[in-house]
Amino acid sequence: MTGGEGYGWLVMLFVAGTLATDFWRVLGVFASLRVNEGSEIFLFARAVSTALVAALIARIVCFPPGTLADAPLLLRLAAFGSGLAVYYAARRSMLSGIIAGEAVLVVGFAVYVNL
Amino acid sequence: MSRRAAFLEGMRRAPSTGAVVLICSFVGYGALVHEAGLSVVQAVAVALFVWALPGQVVLVTEMAAGAPLWSAAISVTLTSVRLMPLVVVLMPIVRGERTGKLHQILLVHFCAITIWIESMQRLPRLPRAERIPYYWGFCFVLVSTNLVATVVGFQLAATLGLVLAAGLLFLTPLYFVLSILRTSSSAADRLALWFGLAMGPPVFLVLPGFELVLSGLVGGVAAYLIGRMRRRRA
Repeated sequence: MTGGEGYGWLVMLFVAGTLATDFWRVLGVFASLRVNEGSEIFLFARAVSTALVAALIARIVCFPPGTLADAPLLLRLAAFGSGLAVYYAARRSMLSGIIAGEAVLVVGFAVYVNL
Repeated sequence: MSRRAAFLEGMRRAPSTGAVVLICSFVGYGALVHEAGLSVVQAVAVALFVWALPGQVVLVTEMAAGAPLWSAAISVTLTSVRLMPLVVVLMPIVRGERTGKLHQILLVHFCAITIWIESMQRLPRLPRAERIPYYWGFCFVLVSTNLVATVVGFQLAATLGLVLAAGLLFLTPLYFVLSILRTSSSAADRLALWFGLAMGPPVFLVLPGFELVLSGLVGGVAAYLIGRMRRRRA
């Protein structure tokens, strides 16, 4: 299934991609006619999906794909931490947090490579 | 304003900080697909037909790992649960009195976090008849720009040096964590974030392939229960 040979990936895309995602969106359309946002089931669903995406974030930082794996773990963690710190320091500005985290990673990695 | 004018207005007003951040993360997503060993066609197709960055990254990772269909479907669907409450809040604002079900379903395919945030801020100020054309104009620009950004990221990963390519890949986790913080509205959401971050890597070492589902369920249930106890006490 890797590399795009054959058309099996189209089945994967449709079932595990579009159906798996749009199921919740379509359910949302129908639920919007009767359920309200603060109900328990929503709070529960939000918590599970937040934890899942958080696990994905941590996995990419700790066990990254491709060239990112060549940057030392400590540098990746430091860059991630500075992104969070600057986000809060800059009164919850996503752009500032991203720029700070990227700057630490890219500059740090460049220094590391040239050592 | 005519429907056509509202569509154009939505297009014209598409550039925003959120849009810039989203474009950066789609460049990062394109680079990630390249590093995962998939094709540029797959990168763009997944972006368009899933249109939710966390789900895209999960699907691409599963596809590259040759994961079975059921496993990929469960992981992706668990990341997409968060879309449902967004749609529930958005729909009463977007839809007109006579918007058909099929049209509503098409509308919400593009409802992910960035478009949701911008729509929630802008649409309530418009007359109801102008909201759907404005939304489509806005979506049209954002979606097409980000499909281009995906291709650009894919190509850059192939040509950029080691350091900058690593920087592109790092955009994905940064964007995800900050957008979760930006939209988290309860203690349970923030707890779920920290639990998931803490659980992901160790579970990956012990049970690779199950780290997302397991951390999501265990971390999410724990965060929900703690959040509920706090609410009861308050």
